[in-house]
Amino acid sequence: MSTLVSIRNLTRVFDVSKPWLNRVLENEPKRLLTAVSDVSFEVEENTVYALVGESGSGKSTIGKMLVGLLRPSEGEVEIRGVNLAAESDAKTVDQIRSDIQMIFQDPYASLNPRWRVGDIITEPVVARGGDATGLAAKLLEQVGLAAEDAQKFPHEFSGGQRQRIGVARALASNPKLIVCDEPTSALDVSVQAQVLNLMSDLKDDLGLTYLFISHDLTVVRHMADVIGVLYLGRLVEEADPDALFTTPKHPYTQMLLAAAPRMDQIGREVEPPKGEIPDPINPPTGCAFHPRCPLATDVCKQKRPELRYVGTTRVACHHAEG
Amino acid sequence: MTDPVLSVKNLVVEIPTRRAVLRPVDDVSYDIAPGEILGVVGESGAGKSMTGNAVIGLLDRPAHIAGGEIWLKGKRIDNLRADQMRKVRGKEIGMIFQDPLTSLNPLLRIGDQLEETILEHLPVSRAEARKRALQALEEVGIPAAAERLGSYPHEFSGGMRQRVVIALALCAEPSLVIADEPTTALDVSVQAQIIALLKRLCRERGTSVILVTHDMGVIAEAADRVAVMYAGRLAELGPVEQVLNAPRHPYTDGLVGSMPMASAGKERLRQIPGSMPRLGSLPDGCAFHPRCPKADAECRQNPGPTLDATGGRAACWFPVSQEVSA
Ligand SMILES: Nc1ncnc2c1ncn2[C@@H]1O[C@H](COP(=O)(O)OP(=O)(O)OP(=O)(O)O)[C@@H](O)[C@H]1O
Ligand SMILES: Nc1ncnc2c1ncn2[C@@H]1O[C@H](COP(=O)(O)OP(=O)(O)OP(=O)(O)O)[C@@H](O)[C@H]1O
Ligand code: SF4
Ligand SMILES: [Mg+2]
Ligand SMILES: [Mg+2]
Repeated sequence: MSTLVSIRNLTRVFDVSKPWLNRVLENEPKRLLTAVSDVSFEVEENTVYALVGESGSGKSTIGKMLVGLLRPSEGEVEIRGVNLAAESDAKTVDQIRSDIQMIFQDPYASLNPRWRVGDIITEPVVARGGDATGLAAKLLEQVGLAAEDAQKFPHEFSGGQRQRIGVARALASNPKLIVCDEPTSALDVSVQAQVLNLMSDLKDDLGLTYLFISHDLTVVRHMADVIGVLYLGRLVEEADPDALFTTPKHPYTQMLLAAAPRMDQIGREVEPPKGEIPDPINPPTGCAFHPRCPLATDVCKQKRPELRYVGTTRVACHHAEG
Repeated sequence: MTDPVLSVKNLVVEIPTRRAVLRPVDDVSYDIAPGEILGVVGESGAGKSMTGNAVIGLLDRPAHIAGGEIWLKGKRIDNLRADQMRKVRGKEIGMIFQDPLTSLNPLLRIGDQLEETILEHLPVSRAEARKRALQALEEVGIPAAAERLGSYPHEFSGGMRQRVVIALALCAEPSLVIADEPTTALDVSVQAQIIALLKRLCRERGTSVILVTHDMGVIAEAADRVAVMYAGRLAELGPVEQVLNAPRHPYTDGLVGSMPMASAGKERLRQIPGSMPRLGSLPDGCAFHPRCPKADAECRQNPGPTLDATGGRAACWFPVSQEVSA
C-alpha cells in the first residue's frame, strides 16, 4: 500500500474579530479562532480514513484544506508527494486537483436547481475542456439511476437520489480521492444504507480513497479503515475501528463512545458526560480536554500532549496507557 | 390498567390544496399511560410533528383536524376553543422543540419567562413563583442558577438553552410533555445530558412524554413504547424491545436492519429500495407496498389493518415476526 495523502502539522486560524473600526472604538483586541491545530495524519491508497468529532471540532475545515477550498495557515497537504501550495508546475497542480473531489452534506443546496442533472454531473469535466460525450449516462447508471435522468432537474429527485447525483458528479473527473463531508447526515435512515452501500461498491470497483467526515459513530465504524478523533481542532486519537471502539485510549474518545446512544442498548441508563465544549477562541491551556477530564493532573493544564503510539493507536494524552 | 393520560383516537389531519386534499396524519390512534415515554419514529415527512401539533392544538393553517378525537385525562380537547386550548398548553401539556429559540422570548430574561409561566398556570404568589423559577433552573442543571435568572436566551449555549426550555416546559407541572426532536441539533455529549435529564425529571414527577426523534439509538435508550410512522399512518406500535428486536411491520424491519451495527462489521448493509412517497402521490393500498419485499395483490389494493390504541398488531397484511404473546 502506498500513501496517497499526507497531512503535516496542518493549522488553520480564522480571524473572527469585529470590523476594524468597531475594534478600535471599543478598544478590543483581535479575536483569532484556531479551527485546526497542528494536525498530522496519512491516508493510504484505497482506504477510508474517517474524521469524527462534535460540531466545531474542525472536520470540515480539514476537508476543505485537503481539496484546496481553504488555504492552511501553517503546515501542508501533500498528495502523492506533491505539496499543492508549493508546487509551481501548473499541469501537475491541475492534475492533482482533478484527482480530488468532494461530496457535501446537503444534497439540496449543493446542486444548482436551474441546471439539468446531466450538465451538473459533467460540469467538472467540461470546465477543464474535457470530452463529456456519454459520460452523464454512464455515471448515472453507475450510481443506480437511469440514463434518462440526465434530462431532469434536481427538484424531481428525492434526497437519496440527489446524493447519488452528487456522487456521480464527484466521479466525473475520474478522481482518486473523494472527501465526503457528512454524506448521509441529511438523509433518512432507510435511505442512508443505499448511499453507504453505493460508496463502498464504488470504492472497491474504482479503487477510490475516501476522507469520510461524520459525527455518527455507528456509520464511521461501518465505513472506516482508520478513524481520527478530533477535539477542538486537535487530533486526539487515531486507530482502526476495532481498536477504537473496543479499547479507546483517550479520555475524550471514551466519553464520546459512552455517550453515543446505541440501538442495542435498550433502556440503558448512562451517566451523561460533564461540561460542554469550551470556547474555541480561548481554548484551555495544555490539553484542551483537561477541564472535563477525569484523569487530569497539573501537567495536563500546562503542557499540550503530543500524539504518541500506545500499541497500534496514536493518542495525544499524558496519561493514556496500553 | 390505569387510565391513560392521553388518548388519541383515529386522528386525521387534512391539508386542502388546489389539486387534492392531503392527509399528513391518517387514522392514528395511541394511548399514553402516566409516566410513560412514547417514542415516535419515522422518516422526514412521515407526520410525526403534525400528530404532535394536532395534540397541542398548534396546527398551521390550512392543516386542520378532520376526524378522530383527542382526550387528555378524561377530557376531550380536540374541540376546545383557541383560548381554552391555550390554557391547556403550558398547564397540562409542556412543549420542547428542536430549536430552543422557538420556545423562548429573546427579549425577556429567562427568570422572568419562568416566573410568568408559573404565575399564569399555578395559584402561587409572585415570591413563590420566583422561588420555583430558581428551583426549576437548578433542577435542569444550569450552573450558578441564581445569577443566570437575569440572563437572556442568547447568552446561553445551545445545550444550556434546551435545558432552560425543559425547565419552562415542566415548571407548571404538566402531566404530558411533547418533545419534538429535542436533541437533533445538539452534539452527542450534550444530547446524552439532555435525554438523561428528561428521563429523570419525568420519572420523578410521573410526567408522560411523547418523544419524537429519528434517532433509533435515542429511542432504544429512552422510550418505553415506540410508534413507527410511515406516510401519515402508524405502521407499528409496541414495547421498545419488541419493535427493535422483533419488528413486525416490514418497514420497521427494514429500518432496524439498515442500521450499521457494531456486530455486523463491514458487510453490506441491508437496504430498503426507493424512498417514502410524497403525500400528493401516495400509492393505493398499503403506502409501503412499492418498497416492500412481501407485497402482493392484497397490499396493492387495501391499506393494512388499522392499529388500535394499544397497538395489538402491525398495520400489515404479512407481519414479519410472530406476535409476542403478552
Ligand atoms: N470561515 C470561517 N470563519 C470563521 N470561523 C470559522 C470558519 N469556518 C469554520 N470556522 C470555525 O472553525 C471551527 C471548526 O469548524 P468546522 O466547520 O471545521 O467544524 P466541523 O467539525 O465541520 O463541525 P460540524 O460538525 O458542525 O460541521 C468552528 O469553531 C467554526 O465556528
Ligand atoms: N402546508 C402544507 N402543505 C402541504 N403539505 C404540507 C404542509 N405542511 C406540511 N406538509 C406535509 O405534511 C407531512 C407531514 O409533515 P411533518 O412535519 O409532520 O413530518 P415529520 O414526520 O415531523 O418530518 P421531519 O422528520 O422532517 O420533522 C409532510 O409530508 C409535509 O411535507
Ligand atoms: S492529557 Fe490529561 S487532561 Fe488531557 S486527556 Fe489526557 S489525562 Fe486528560
Ligand atoms: Mg462540518
Ligand atoms: Mg418534524
